[in-house]
Amino acid sequence: MEFIIITLVKAAVWAAILLFTLAYLQWVERKVIAHIQLRMGPSRVGPHGLLQPLADVIKLLTKEDLVPPQASKVLYILAPFLAVSLALLPVAVLPFGPDVEIFGIHTSLQLTDLNIGVLFLLAISSLGVYGVAFAGWASNSKYALLGGLRASAQMVSYELPLALAVAAPLLLANTLSLRELAQSQAGYYLGWIPQWNVFKLPAPQLVSYAIFLLAAFAETNRIPFDLPEAENELVAGFHTEYSSLKFACFFMAEYANMITSCAFGTLLFLGGWLPLWPAEKGSDYLPTALFLTAGLLAMYHGLHPARRKDRITLPVVAVFFWCMAGAFLIPALHQVLLPVFWFGFKVGFLLFAFMWVRGTMPRFRYDQLMAFTWKVLFPVAMLNLLVTGLLVALFGG
Amino acid sequence: MVTVVIFLTFAITAVACAVNLVVQRHPISAAVSLIGVMGSLAVIYLQLGAEFIAAVQVIVYAGAIMVLFVFVILLLNAGAERRTGHSHVARWIGIPSLGLLLMLLGFFIRNLAPASEIVRFGDFAEGTPKNIGRLLFTGYLLPFEITSVLILVAILGAIILARKETD
Repeated sequence: MEFIIITLVKAAVWAAILLFTLAYLQWVERKVIAHIQLRMGPSRVGPHGLLQPLADVIKLLTKEDLVPPQASKVLYILAPFLAVSLALLPVAVLPFGPDVEIFGIHTSLQLTDLNIGVLFLLAISSLGVYGVAFAGWASNSKYALLGGLRASAQMVSYELPLALAVAAPLLLANTLSLRELAQSQAGYYLGWIPQWNVFKLPAPQLVSYAIFLLAAFAETNRIPFDLPEAENELVAGFHTEYSSLKFACFFMAEYANMITSCAFGTLLFLGGWLPLWPAEKGSDYLPTALFLTAGLLAMYHGLHPARRKDRITLPVVAVFFWCMAGAFLIPALHQVLLPVFWFGFKVGFLLFAFMWVRGTMPRFRYDQLMAFTWKVLFPVAMLNLLVTGLLVALFGG
Repeated sequence: MVTVVIFLTFAITAVACAVNLVVQRHPISAAVSLIGVMGSLAVIYLQLGAEFIAAVQVIVYAGAIMVLFVFVILLLNAGAERRTGHSHVARWIGIPSLGLLLMLLGFFIRNLAPASEIVRFGDFAEGTPKNIGRLLFTGYLLPFEITSVLILVAILGAIILARKETD
C-alpha cells in the first residue's frame, strides 16, 4: 500500500515537472533564439514574456479543431495522441538520482528501474515515428504526405547509428539498467577528471557521444535535420492540416522527445546525476554558490533600478534565489536536490545546445541528409563499436 | 488475477488485430493492425518473463520492419484494394480447412499438454539479455553466424537488384 502511494506521489510530481518544463522550454527556446538573432523574443505577456506559454495554451485550447473532409478520421485522430503518449512514456524509466531517504521514507528518484531500461527507451523511440507517419498519411494532403514520408525515412535511417552509438558505452557499463548505467560512471581519475563514459578508460566514448548527439538531432526532427517540417518547402510538413489541441500534441511531443534524448544522453555519456568534480572538493556547494551569486546580481540591479518597477520585482527575485540557495544547505533536502540539480544542469546544457544549433545552422538538403547517415555516421558508429569492444576485451575488467 | 486479465486483454487484442489485418481493404489499416499484433505479442512475451525478446520484438518488428512497411505504403501512395468478391475456392475449401485446422490445434493442445504443465507467468527468469547473449555465443553460435551470413546474402541481393543499369 505504501509502495502504491509513494509511486503515485512520484508519478504526480514527475508529470507536473515534465509538463511545466515542456511549457517553459518553448519560452526558453524562443528567448534563446531571439537573443542569438539580436531580437527580444516574447516580452509582452507578463514580465519578460513569462506568461507567454500560458497564453499559448489558452490560444491552442480555444482554437477551432478542424478535420479535413478527405482525411482518414481514425488515423487522423490517433496520430497526435500516439505521438504525445509515446513521447511522454520514457519519463517512467528515467532516473534522476540515487536511492534517498526523505522524511523517513526510503525511495529512489525514479519511477521504475527496468533491467532493460535502455532497450525500453530505444523501443519507444523507434515507435515514435508512427505519430508523424500516420499524421502525414491521414491528412490526405501532399505537403503532409511528403513530410510524413521524409520523417519515416529519416528516422529509420538515423535509428541505426543511434543504436550503435548507444551500444558502445553499454560495453563499458555492462548493464542495460539506466540506474546502474549512471552509477557505473562514479569516480574520478587523478582526483578531478570524472569517469563518465565520454572519458572512461580504456575506451573514451567521445566519438560515440558525437554520433549520439547528431542522431538525436535527427530523431527529434530538429534543425539541421528538420526536413519533415521544412517550412519553406512543405508549409509545416506532417502537421500542416492539424489545429488546436491536436497541433499542441505534436508540439509537446517534439519538446518531450528533446528532453528524453537529452536525459538519455546524460545518463549514457555524462554520468547522469553524478557531479562534475568530487564532493570532497566542494561540488556540493556549487548550486548554493550559483543561486547566491544570481541573488546578489538581482539585488544589485534592484537597488540600482533601470526602470521603476525593477525596484520591487528584482529584490523579490533575489530573495527567491537566496531561498533556493538555502534549500540546498538543508540536510534533509540536500540529498534529493543535489542529484536533481546535477541531472537538470546537464540536461539543461544539452537542451541549450539544441537551441544553439537551431539558432546557427542552416538545414541539410535531403540527399545530403541521407548520404550523411549512411556513408558517414553508420560506418563510423560501427567502427567505434568494434574498437570499443576490442579495447574492453583487451584492457577492461 | 491481474496477470490473467492482462494476458486476456492482449491475447484478444492480438487475435482481433490479426483478423482485422486480413479483413481491412486499405493497406495502411492492415499495417496498423499488424503493428497492433506485434505490440500485443511483445506484452505477452514480457509477461512470460522474456523481457529481452519483448524489447527486441518492439524495436525490430514494430519499430523497424513495420515502419518500412508504412514507408512503402506512403511512398507508393497505395489506395484501397478492390474486393474481387466470390472465390469459390476460398468458400468451399478455405473455410472448412480453417475449421479443421482449429480443431486439430485444439486436439493437440488438449492431449499433448498435460494439465500439470500450465505456464505460470513470472516463473521463467532466464529471459534476460545476459542469458540470451551467453546462449547465442556458446550453444547456438553456429546457427547465429549462419543466420547473419544469410542476412548478408539477402542484403547483397537487394543491392544488386536495386543497382541502376550502367551501359
